[in-house]
Amino acid sequence: MTEPRTLFQKVWDNHIVIDADPTLLYVDLHLVHEVTSPQAFAGLNQSGRTVRRPDLTVATVDHGIPTTGRSLGIRDPLSKRQIDALVENCMDHGITMFGLDDPRQGIVHVVGPEQGLTQPGLLVVCGDSHTSTHGAFGALAFGIGTTEVEHVLATQTIWQAKPQSMAVEVEGELPWGVAAKDLILGIIAQIGVSGGTRHVIEYRGKAIHDLSMEQRMTICNMSIEGGARAGMIAPDETTIRYIEGRPFAPKGAQWDKGVSAWESLVTDPDAVFDKVAVLDASRLVPHVSWGVNPAQTVPVTGSVPSPDSYDDPLQRDAAVRALEYMALRPGTPILDIAIDHVFLGSCTNGRIEDLRAAAKVVEGRRVDSRVSAVVVPGSMQVKAQAESEGLHEVFEAAGFSWRDAGCSSCLAMNPDVIPAGERCASTSNRNYEGRQGRGARTHLVSPAMAAAAAVAGHFVDVRDWEDS
Amino acid sequence: MKPVTTITGTMMPLDRGDVDTDQIIPQQFLKRIERDGYGEFLFYNWAHTDDGTPSSDFILNDPARRGARVLVTGPNFGCGSSREHAPWAIQQWGFEAVVTASAADIFRNNSSYVGLLVVELPQDAVTRLIEMASDPTAEVSIDLESQTVTADGLEEHFEFNPTAKERLLTGLDGIGVTMSHDDLIASHEEARPAWLPTTVDVSS
Ligand code: SF4
Repeated sequence: MTEPRTLFQKVWDNHIVIDADPTLLYVDLHLVHEVTSPQAFAGLNQSGRTVRRPDLTVATVDHGIPTTGRSLGIRDPLSKRQIDALVENCMDHGITMFGLDDPRQGIVHVVGPEQGLTQPGLLVVCGDSHTSTHGAFGALAFGIGTTEVEHVLATQTIWQAKPQSMAVEVEGELPWGVAAKDLILGIIAQIGVSGGTRHVIEYRGKAIHDLSMEQRMTICNMSIEGGARAGMIAPDETTIRYIEGRPFAPKGAQWDKGVSAWESLVTDPDAVFDKVAVLDASRLVPHVSWGVNPAQTVPVTGSVPSPDSYDDPLQRDAAVRALEYMALRPGTPILDIAIDHVFLGSCTNGRIEDLRAAAKVVEGRRVDSRVSAVVVPGSMQVKAQAESEGLHEVFEAAGFSWRDAGCSSCLAMNPDVIPAGERCASTSNRNYEGRQGRGARTHLVSPAMAAAAAVAGHFVDVRDWEDS
Repeated sequence: MKPVTTITGTMMPLDRGDVDTDQIIPQQFLKRIERDGYGEFLFYNWAHTDDGTPSSDFILNDPARRGARVLVTGPNFGCGSSREHAPWAIQQWGFEAVVTASAADIFRNNSSYVGLLVVELPQDAVTRLIEMASDPTAEVSIDLESQTVTADGLEEHFEFNPTAKERLLTGLDGIGVTMSHDDLIASHEEARPAWLPTTVDVSS
């Protein structure tokens, strides 16, 4: 009898080229974007090497591009040079690219799944830590650095020390008005920002099984915020239905073969995880981050904590610094925090379901006059879909600005910078100091919570609104 | 990559945990397409006031620390973004090693490829080093071959992945090594099922 294996172990085993520590693994899909690739291509060119499998490599532009006035070109000369470099590298090496004028352009972690490139059981890498998103399909997907990008371009393989396995079991049902974003923020609050370090998380249990693919991507996306190497969810009917018919999905007889292979991608009943965390989804409420890392969150019904509530001196010091940066006082009710900006978008919450959830809250209401609110769809396909449903009209009528796709204010490498000292309710994944602009103060929330905050001008418990 | 064997020098303490790579090098410096020139942007937002002048109260700007070779810092160092610009910036400022109770996965990997030695020690040893480092002239020595850290009255062994160690000690080009296994890569490639996706553009 063979040993029972976890989903992670099965996908790992399928990709071993050299079974050693570290292991040499074969890469099925290499996603490339403009920020972490130019030095890799330069290295490749300097050493006279070529891209081994351009047919397993795909590029898009997302991090540094403007979300308005694209027909005017890119004004920032450094960003322009970076994007031009990617265009040239993809042309030289025969790599498919979803460029600035391609209707498929978007954030790399939105585009891969949307095009049907992300499939169960694949090994996916990208020079970006949120590559964990693709694990929602039962792929093993992780972020790599630029030297590794060059290595994958040249060899289609990657050396990896084998991570340990971790199960996050989520029982119960997500209550009405509580989003996938609240679930992952709840998980991170429980395990901490390094609780998943050196581990690949498999999210399991009824609450996970009940999620749509968009929601599963929100969960796996933020695995890295818990420190994990990757996050995975076993493929099921929901996964298969999502992939079927997408442009790069297998067709005909190949589709049937793929589906039957995917069906074995589950953790065997007696497989053992190195670490387990258990959570009851039915007890979750909407979360709002108050600090400068994604574990510094509280329920919307709560208040800003006091540093004294931490036993660990490092955590206490971190809380003191976070409160100073965020200009918040312990004990302030979250509902009393006024905001200046709302950012709806990113690879965490820039998909069609996210926009629908936000539009539902916004419909027939107006953005508070003190708030500047933007919607940046995760891809141009998401944008087109939203427009075909009339969501852009809902947002624009309410006073949101409706943009083209990209990372935008998630990391503020483009002109969408939040000014110093101003406060933003953001559906993105990182509330680090300076993440949305030097001195900008970020509060992580779900799309519905961000939408409600835009209307009220301060945080509100969206469950009170959705009831009405 | 330059080989790494023994590093001896003074320390700079940064006594905080969960230092993310956005702090190590903020996003506005990621637009360049070169591999060098990042040193001056290290910890930029902490090291500068709003108008861009160096903040005198941030330790990196203390002239007595200018020659520090070893950054001693809190746990979960280098969490967050995968940007390799983070180890580049640390190295290009002049540090040769980082000592922490734990480094984040991607940061640790990236560092091992660029020749920045990331040493993980138990938290109490890190705490002692941080205390010692309050004296800017206090030295530490890190020997990769024997995997030991020595400083005044302290001697600690550290774990290190043997392959990363080999790479750092020899400074060899990893791609060349992998390419020498081309036969194994090719045979794995041939066995891949036909239904796996390719990125060959289907729209045109
Ligand atoms: S949306 Fe934000 S987190 Fe996602 S890839 Fe872009 S910058 Fe990274």
